[in-house]
Amino acid sequence: MPETLPADSVGLVETQFMHFDEPLVLECGKTLEQYDIAYETYGERNADGSNAILICHALSGDQHAAGYNSMEDRKPGWWESAIGPGKPIDTNRFFVVCINNLGGCKGSSGPNTKKPGTDEYWGPDFPIVTVKDWVHSQHRFMRALGLDYWRAVIGGSLGGMQVMQWSIDYPDCIKHALVIAAAPKLSAQNIAFNEVARQAIQSDPDFHNGRYLDHNSIPRRGLMLARMLGHITYLSDDAMRDKFGRELREGKLNFGFDVEFQVESYLRYQGKSFVDRFDANTYLLMTKVLDYFDPARDYDDDLAKALSQASARFMVISFTSDWRFAPERSREIVQALLAADKQVSYVEVEANQGHDAFLIPIPHYMKVFGNYMNNVAAEIQAGNTGGKA
Amino acid sequence: MSSPLRPDLDIIADWIAPGASVLDLGCGDGALLHHLKTEKQVNGYGLEIDQRNLETCIERDLNVIQADLNEGLAQYFSDDRFDYVVMSQTLQATRRPDLLVEEMLRVGKQGIITFPNMAYWKGRVQLGIEGIMPVTKSLPNEWYDTPNIHLCTVKDFEHLCEQRNIAILQRTFVDHTHRKSTLAMRLFPNLFGEIAIYHFCKKTA
Repeated sequence: MPETLPADSVGLVETQFMHFDEPLVLECGKTLEQYDIAYETYGERNADGSNAILICHALSGDQHAAGYNSMEDRKPGWWESAIGPGKPIDTNRFFVVCINNLGGCKGSSGPNTKKPGTDEYWGPDFPIVTVKDWVHSQHRFMRALGLDYWRAVIGGSLGGMQVMQWSIDYPDCIKHALVIAAAPKLSAQNIAFNEVARQAIQSDPDFHNGRYLDHNSIPRRGLMLARMLGHITYLSDDAMRDKFGRELREGKLNFGFDVEFQVESYLRYQGKSFVDRFDANTYLLMTKVLDYFDPARDYDDDLAKALSQASARFMVISFTSDWRFAPERSREIVQALLAADKQVSYVEVEANQGHDAFLIPIPHYMKVFGNYMNNVAAEIQAGNTGGKA
Repeated sequence: MSSPLRPDLDIIADWIAPGASVLDLGCGDGALLHHLKTEKQVNGYGLEIDQRNLETCIERDLNVIQADLNEGLAQYFSDDRFDYVVMSQTLQATRRPDLLVEEMLRVGKQGIITFPNMAYWKGRVQLGIEGIMPVTKSLPNEWYDTPNIHLCTVKDFEHLCEQRNIAILQRTFVDHTHRKSTLAMRLFPNLFGEIAIYHFCKKTA
């Protein structure tokens, strides 16, 4: 826990809530009659709202992207490395918004909240949402904030997928699209990992077909396994070697099945601590959101055709050791953007941290990110002084 | 950031029509693209591989794609995508200069190339009389530590153009300080031209 808050942090922040009464029709055909959105904001909104930026979170993320919710917090928000005063997403210049996506478990309507007007948890009955549904709800949320557009929409991994969907579905509402460590759709291997994670959760005896909250239980073992598996795909072989090697916890082999290697201990710790902060049904849902994402599907399976809708400028960033969404996947996005004659920059950051690199303040990454955002800020300035926008 | 343009880039900029679309292969710190964007309303893209250069290009608000020219342009660009494809001081460092020149004219209508002339007289003296690999101001590296793996002469380049059905539209020569052409360079380019600048396109029929 911080004694004092770092100067480059947004400091103490509070999650806010917004209720929506207007039904939201989902891609699966079902309708959410009413729902709540949990969100946080950082920085000051300027007079005409031209400095608003939306941050989209990834699989296990939430609305708490930066700062601390209390002085007791051990860790800041999940993208503290990039959001704050003087950081690439500079809260001295931008009004930054991050919402917990529908189906999440940190305050927005989702499996761990109760069905409206009842005392029953949604549990497995919460409808399957998609990236398109999320973006739809985020657009509605933007309107509710009184904004006409986002100066930029920014996200990594599953967050980057939302950014792409924004640029396609609401081209007039997004000026800059920053797509980081993402992919245009999952590969069979990606889906395979998700399926193993789902099986781990669903085969846990405490899962109770998703109604574990009604049984006062949690499928701890299943969710823990799912997270352990996920963690392996977030790190690179090199990163694991650097971090753990083959180091033994007790310095000798015990010839048993207890934790012996440091990497085992790390994975178990990650898995266990995740269980305390995340909901298993949400995890299932998020993996389906990933599996279903394929913006080209509505455009004859032609990504360039899908992205030709966009009018945003794009910044695409990938990381060399990311094997979950490898640089080749980002290049597919860049190729489609170029084929669609869009304005785009692309940087492949040398990093050995794997997929997780997008959360780490690697100097070259931060420089590229910051330089791009400086120009975004300059554009707001120019717009406000009547210059080129 | 509005320091005067290096003279060879200034010559290239002069050859490019306002409002054109331009691809700059190995665009460096983006000086040429920045100039073309601000002075000539050019819609440009740069390809670059160096980290610092990429950072500077983004700082200058340019479209820059991290790419290795040796992997070709096929993965990113369709045919006739640009009015001009520029490659300045990069040709000699590529794995297959001939294929890259052809690629330039596949994705662009016209090409502009600059390269150090290996037959520049100072180099000839070093190789022909002293018997050592030339090290000059425009080719400053020792033979064992040079990115320049495919050096050519003015004659070689024109020979390649002839072979590959490429028409030379304009050519000029500068020295390593990039001062504009002298009479000697114009009369005997392969002897006195230190850096060659060519503007070319596909031969029609």
